[in-house]
Amino acid sequence: MSATKTHLVEQLKEGLDAPICLTWELTYACNLECVHCLSSSGRRDPRELTTAEAKAVLDELHDLQVFYINIGGGEPMIRRDFFELLEYSIGRGIGVKFSTNGAFIDADKAERLASMDALDIQISLDGTDAVTNDAVRGEGSYDTAIRAMNHLRDAGFGEFKISVVVTRHNVDQLDEFKALADSFGAQLRITRLRPSGRGADSWHDLHPTQAQQRQIYEWLLAHGENVLTGDSFFHLNALGEEPLPGLNMCGAGRVVCLIDPIGDVYACPFVIHDEFKAGSVRDEGGFTRVWKHSDLFAELREPQSAGACASCGSYDACQGGCMAAKFFVGIPLDGPDPECVDGHGEAAMLAASAGERPRPMMDHSKPVRVTGPERVPVSLVRR
Amino acid sequence: MTSRAPNKTLHDRRLALHPQVALRPEPFGALAYHYGNRKLIFLKHPDVVRVVRSLDDHDTVSDTLHACDIDPLRWPAFDAALTSLIESEMLHERHQDPSG
Repeated sequence: MSATKTHLVEQLKEGLDAPICLTWELTYACNLECVHCLSSSGRRDPRELTTAEAKAVLDELHDLQVFYINIGGGEPMIRRDFFELLEYSIGRGIGVKFSTNGAFIDADKAERLASMDALDIQISLDGTDAVTNDAVRGEGSYDTAIRAMNHLRDAGFGEFKISVVVTRHNVDQLDEFKALADSFGAQLRITRLRPSGRGADSWHDLHPTQAQQRQIYEWLLAHGENVLTGDSFFHLNALGEEPLPGLNMCGAGRVVCLIDPIGDVYACPFVIHDEFKAGSVRDEGGFTRVWKHSDLFAELREPQSAGACASCGSYDACQGGCMAAKFFVGIPLDGPDPECVDGHGEAAMLAASAGERPRPMMDHSKPVRVTGPERVPVSLVRR
Repeated sequence: MTSRAPNKTLHDRRLALHPQVALRPEPFGALAYHYGNRKLIFLKHPDVVRVVRSLDDHDTVSDTLHACDIDPLRWPAFDAALTSLIESEMLHERHQDPSG
């Protein structure tokens, strides 16, 4: 890493005047129930921000000069004021990228989306075939996503994104995902699976094996130039001399944060838990005050201890990995990442297993139905 | 036909910030964001921000660097920063002044 870049990263760790990457989950309501859902979405929360409250937040983000926001959910298109908020945001100079499962993108909506500037769409897909995808995202979700992509292409939307959470079961499909994206003139985005939300329960079965982690690292080195990752694989940098593209740091509370559907502000999209809640946009001073003055964010912007990893030669490369991943498997925040490529995560998880693992706190999962044909099987196919 | 523009060195060029680019001041300098191609660039020194903001007020890059009182020893660093801004389309060629 160049001296200038190191210097920049050090400054970014002290936080920015406003986030670069702000995720806003607009609703906990969702038509799907993916087994790895970070926000345990399903049912709408009655305390959801109103249209007026959401617009007031957008006004604040405008004043803070936030360039763009990442909208997600739940399924954000379920909100009846979805287009109204989209247009309001873009009208205020805040570009929008939103994540969707595609269920509500028909030909008309695709036309409407294609006519908007400063808008980007991310269609979630976790397998290049229905069997692989639907095991995680639910029956019929593969066809739904492909149908939405066809509509976007037919409407001339241009380059949208296909967003993949890499799991044990789809890691062999990376080339196929890339080919699929290319065939739509789309850009591929792959991100890391975290044990957050419902992922706390499915992570142990889904997360890539040690050998597969190397596979991801090497694939990214070979193909990474046009593939987005949201910088989520920096823990893999300990695998070799050549770092993956990106800032190689945890941005939580420093350059990244999350606003949840009821206006609570968390350090990042992967830690919806009281321990990482910095405040609420409904508090006096709004989002701005939370970002600039919350105790939690101030703490995250302090130099972090390398803790148990201090004596490891790889710490500079991996930075100890992902805070959220450690938290939800019960590893102390200054311990190794559960997917530490040097294998220190296994022992740390074992040591942690004696204690109680923190549970995700905002569970909006739909009530479990004992019978019913559309219920997604929880047991996953091993390949 | 002989080519003209490609022979110009960076310092002779007449540059301006692209109208779709926003600059946000930050402790280290500024963030530049291009709403068209959605690229984000870090301007890693307040002096770079100053130069970028004043390009439009001066005829050439070289005039701007002089006017901003940038020590010529530091020019290579500014060349690199400006080149990366040109490559990401954050800076573009100003239209020729018809009278010039």
